[in-house]
Amino acid sequence: MASRRTPLFDWHVANGGRMVEFAGYELPVQYRAGVLKEHVHTRTHVGLFDVSHMGVARLVPLDGRFETAAAAFETLVPADVLGLKPGQQRYSQLMNDDGGLRDDLMVWRPRDGENGAVGMVVNAACKEADYAHMQASLPATVRLERRDDVGLFALQGPEAESVLASPALAALSFMQTASTRLHGFDVHVSRSGYTGEDGFEIAVAAADAVALWEKLAADARVLPIGLGARDSLRLEAGYCLYGHDIDMTTSPVEADLVWSMGKRRREQGGFPGAARVQRELAQGTVRRRVGIKPVGRAPVRDGAPLFDTEAAATPVGLVTSGGFGPSVAAPVAMGYVPPSLAAPGTRLYAEVRGQRLPVDVNALPFSPHRYKR
Amino acid sequence: MPRLFTEDHEWIDQDGGVATVGITDHAQTQLGELVYVELPQIGRQVKKGEAAAIVESVKAASDVYTPVSGEVIAVNEAVVSDPAKINTEAESGAWLFKVKIAAAAELDGLMDEKAYRAFAV
Repeated sequence: MASRRTPLFDWHVANGGRMVEFAGYELPVQYRAGVLKEHVHTRTHVGLFDVSHMGVARLVPLDGRFETAAAAFETLVPADVLGLKPGQQRYSQLMNDDGGLRDDLMVWRPRDGENGAVGMVVNAACKEADYAHMQASLPATVRLERRDDVGLFALQGPEAESVLASPALAALSFMQTASTRLHGFDVHVSRSGYTGEDGFEIAVAAADAVALWEKLAADARVLPIGLGARDSLRLEAGYCLYGHDIDMTTSPVEADLVWSMGKRRREQGGFPGAARVQRELAQGTVRRRVGIKPVGRAPVRDGAPLFDTEAAATPVGLVTSGGFGPSVAAPVAMGYVPPSLAAPGTRLYAEVRGQRLPVDVNALPFSPHRYKR
Repeated sequence: MPRLFTEDHEWIDQDGGVATVGITDHAQTQLGELVYVELPQIGRQVKKGEAAAIVESVKAASDVYTPVSGEVIAVNEAVVSDPAKINTEAESGAWLFKVKIAAAAELDGLMDEKAYRAFAV
């Protein structure tokens, strides 16, 4: 399949973006500044990310009532969707019947009603499968409306609010959304992101995407950020990368995502795989996602097996994401271990190029979240 | 003797039967900022084409292959303590390791600088 391009493709190329294939799209892995500088700039000033490859969609209830759309979506995800207040967003997961994860996503209730629709953003690599699954599984009370005609940006970092210079957006708290105008363009914005920093995710009509991006990028505090730093930022923030840290086999309990489920949903079920989730909540899991901090300087990457002693023959766990954390100034990783070995400080050994390197279980996130609550 | 280059983006200087090996400026640009370097043990016998060193950027780990067989007789500890030196001095101060050349003929057919610059674009 030929790679797809976002509305910003020409801008990325013209501005030094080193283009790579990611999730079926041609996207910049970095610009001229490089991954380290882009990462640090996001944590100290503001980074601008093109995430237009992600899947933006709405569930539109045929009767125009939010409760209809929310109840329909709750049959697929464990989040409390019905309990969303207007303008509120949540992180959740599309689940399969075995209690594994088809994808992770953001879901929100528009502030202005939008005929009762529920909004969502799903991962680029999963979106076609997600949409097909939703079309096949959702009740006839709702219609899935994909929005392939939007540009989606993330503006992340401590100066993001002042760069936007919008009182309507400054008034938002973390995980709140609003529709407003920005530099003269109609936008839908949520105060959220995947870097651990305060920031905003901005959806705009594809036709306006380049013009709005250029307005934002023109601010001296803003640096465009590629996929490389996007990944190191999310790893330091302790967030899952679908296909690595979570997949069709991991449950939300194993992945330490119970916080994202509603209490009512945990107790009542009514989503795919609920039986496994409830059993694991009551009886525990065989593995749990944890932070992993190598003791030395060698990065420990995705796929490295974990052992409980330097000489053990059989691995007890697996690294699912790993690399160098520029803000931590040391290698960082995450992976799965048995609950008995999940306490922070537990010494384990990762096998890298045939050597057993000491690593410690570490609390997540590695870089403290700095959201506006 | 003039500097030689491999298709894997290593450079080799020869002096008195010793090969000094580093990675090219083109290679460091492709890799991005380096954050970790692992060099071979002094005394290790390496074979041409074998991974003798590792350089890691934020994104990925890459092998550095020795272009010649022989005994490793020196390594550049300065790049271990400061991997970013490879980004700034790839083809000057940031050499990686020195090999006592066992079979000089292994270096036949490597590119000279002009051929390499045309190859690595």
